[in-house]
Amino acid sequence: MRGARSAKWVASAIVVALAATACGGSDDDDSTSDGASDGNSGGGIVRVDGGEPQNPLIPSDTTEAYGGLVMDNIFSKLLEFDENGEIYMLAAESIEPNEDATAWTVTLKSGWTFHDGTDVTAQHYVNAWNWAANIDNNQSSSFWFADIAGYEDVHPEEGSPTGEEMSGLTVVDDLTFEIALSHPVSYYDYKLGYTPFTPLPDSFYDDPEGFGEAPVGNGPYQLDEWNHNTSIKLSTYADYAGDNAPKNDGIEIIAYTGLDAAYQDLISDNLDVIRQVDPKDLPVYEQDLGDRAITQAYNGIQTIVPVSYGDWEGVDPQVLQGISKAIDRDTITQTVLNGSRTPADSFAPPGVLGYQEGADGGIAEYDPEAARDLVEAGGGVPNNEMVLQINGDGGHQEWAEAVCNSIIDALDIECTLDIKPDFDTDLEARAANEVQSFYRGGWLADYPLNANFMSELYHSRASTNYGRFDNPEVDELFEQGDQAASLEETVAAYQDAEQVLWEEMPAIPLWFQNVNGGYSNNVENVAFDTAGMPLLTEVTVK
Amino acid sequence: MGRYVVRRLLQMIPVFIGATFIIFMMMYSLPGDPIRALWGERAPDEAQMAAMKESLGLDQPILKQYWDYLTGLVQGDFGTQIASRRPVWDVITDALPATVRLTVLAFVITAVVGVSMGLIAGLRAGGKTDRVILFGTLLLISVPVFVIGYLYQTYFGVRWGLVKPNVQDSESWSQLLLPAVVLASVSLAYVARLTRTSIAENKRADYMRTARAKGLSKTRAVRVHLLRNSLIPVITFLGVDLGSLFAGAIVTEGIFNIHGIGQAVYQALNSREGATVVGVVSFIILVYLVVTLIVDLLYAVLDPRIRYA
Repeated sequence: MRGARSAKWVASAIVVALAATACGGSDDDDSTSDGASDGNSGGGIVRVDGGEPQNPLIPSDTTEAYGGLVMDNIFSKLLEFDENGEIYMLAAESIEPNEDATAWTVTLKSGWTFHDGTDVTAQHYVNAWNWAANIDNNQSSSFWFADIAGYEDVHPEEGSPTGEEMSGLTVVDDLTFEIALSHPVSYYDYKLGYTPFTPLPDSFYDDPEGFGEAPVGNGPYQLDEWNHNTSIKLSTYADYAGDNAPKNDGIEIIAYTGLDAAYQDLISDNLDVIRQVDPKDLPVYEQDLGDRAITQAYNGIQTIVPVSYGDWEGVDPQVLQGISKAIDRDTITQTVLNGSRTPADSFAPPGVLGYQEGADGGIAEYDPEAARDLVEAGGGVPNNEMVLQINGDGGHQEWAEAVCNSIIDALDIECTLDIKPDFDTDLEARAANEVQSFYRGGWLADYPLNANFMSELYHSRASTNYGRFDNPEVDELFEQGDQAASLEETVAAYQDAEQVLWEEMPAIPLWFQNVNGGYSNNVENVAFDTAGMPLLTEVTVK
Repeated sequence: MGRYVVRRLLQMIPVFIGATFIIFMMMYSLPGDPIRALWGERAPDEAQMAAMKESLGLDQPILKQYWDYLTGLVQGDFGTQIASRRPVWDVITDALPATVRLTVLAFVITAVVGVSMGLIAGLRAGGKTDRVILFGTLLLISVPVFVIGYLYQTYFGVRWGLVKPNVQDSESWSQLLLPAVVLASVSLAYVARLTRTSIAENKRADYMRTARAKGLSKTRAVRVHLLRNSLIPVITFLGVDLGSLFAGAIVTEGIFNIHGIGQAVYQALNSREGATVVGVVSFIILVYLVVTLIVDLLYAVLDPRIRYA
């Protein structure tokens, strides 16, 4: 029968198709879902929301939050920061500068081991940093080592490296090493609190690629399993020597496709800690969670940045101050942003060392009348119009519209949005000097010091200074701060610089970021650090 | 028959090359540099950017890049992701099982429920059941998938607690059931309407009267004669639909937190991971091609008068 013969062909075609598609499936066991399905059966495991890390899990290659969450827990840094931006030691016993802050001596605590059982020594730090700085290894954080003497040997601006090691790093003994810098940095220890400055075990160098999939750190947790796009499981490291030993049995970082999905799981107790509530759930999350809702400031700021080219070249700072006073920050943060931000009164957020309350001297306060006067005194807004450039993929449109409307109401000028489809395109326009008048600026602390919120953004030679702000007085104060011999002098110099910034207005600060997180009925003692990361070692399971 | 299949398989080659070429060029023309994006807000290190581009071959002219990609593909190399340095093939095979399961489930639901509903409605054309089914399917067709998705999620998942609101294990069949129903909803409505019309039309055909006249029972006449003849347009639709279910899972995957192909493409598009997008889309093209081949072959099973030389 004709039909039957045809059916045979169809059947074999289906078999081929199924074989081609089914080979990727590994349906061994379903323990993931079962363990997580009903609250307490997972033992003392804390389930936290996350996503697929963008990069291999190597400290010097991890720059985004998902990978950062893993790194923070499987690696311990030399030092950490408290809620006022002050340093405390973690893996280091002490970190001391010489007189002019050009050389730093790091002494490690003894008894620390990697998860593979080998001892952590000074050599491990030095080797890891030399490897990460080497341009041949293509680490995206390698510029963090640029202050160290001899950086240009391993990371030349052109061509291949001429050496394997930076001359500035010397091992004194097993637990001591010295860092010689090419120029004085009075706050270099602040930089050492950043992820790329962690050590790597010897096994790393045999197979960096394999390490990126299964990293071996020196931190409170070790990596058990990385199921790409699904979850990352960490268990406590029994021989951990630090004083922040975990108070739970482990962590499961669950990858979510969106914040709202994570929130749904949190309110049904299928997830324990959420790091950020979806904007659409902000109005209800405090009701939903009660005292399990967390609202806490972290070190981030949102600004709008005027450009100093095109129509906006040489605009009088008074005009910018006027625009600043035309923005009703209180109302916008309360209504459009549902209280998820705090109006800014300074260029540096409250959690950093050197924050000055009320540094703005009233320039960030809403006052439409004064705003009009200032704009008029400054010669008016060029062409009576301004354009605010934002990226459309980051949830900025609502508040940007509100800011524009507030300015339109107060100043009676035109204000429109230039929405770039995504952040990449937005950045490209900034880099190419194609911003029409303002762009949305955002900055998260790399380290909690006021300098981090200023010199990297507003120094005339700063690479992130996309507004092309150029002011010799400010540059000089920044350099004074960088070259100061003590941290206090640095902080003071930057505080002086901030006063000039409010006169010159290289940016209009809008508000500081808040963490809007929460936790489930299964866990207790949930808190976030000033970088907005949950302190997972502290979380206890009921 | 064998020759027909071989010819069809050979035809896939130019289609495949043409499609990958177009997507490759489209990705290339998008603004935004994936290497630049690795630095985020921070200004990139020029020397490092150049070194990375060189190591990934992104400094080559676009046609050379495409040629390298194609020659790699022939050798089974789908390329490497820029940010994660993972082979694209690994990314695809990680995401594939979830999407395949979701699609298969949705397809089975579409076919079984859709055809049964269509059959019931068609046999009672003009009756009350028919009207109810017509109205219900109209509703499903006119409501966007994401609305259905969130409605189901809110009621079945959060309010009534019948299922978990989100899929936690993307490869668990039971957890994928609700998303599959959502994904199947619209296609199911089309299939039901298509079947209904076909059945209603054919049930008055001469061969049906003949079948009844020669003494066949009603069920046998419907099953062997009516259904078999009426299913040809439905099979065509189902075939094309399998491909679009596969591709259209993006929305459903997003709502229910399923880490499948849709998510992989979405993320890759956002970070301008050209190789990943082209890899996944090539795969979807293959699925389409294979499915249409199967559909064409199925005609002969349903209607022996159709032959392939």
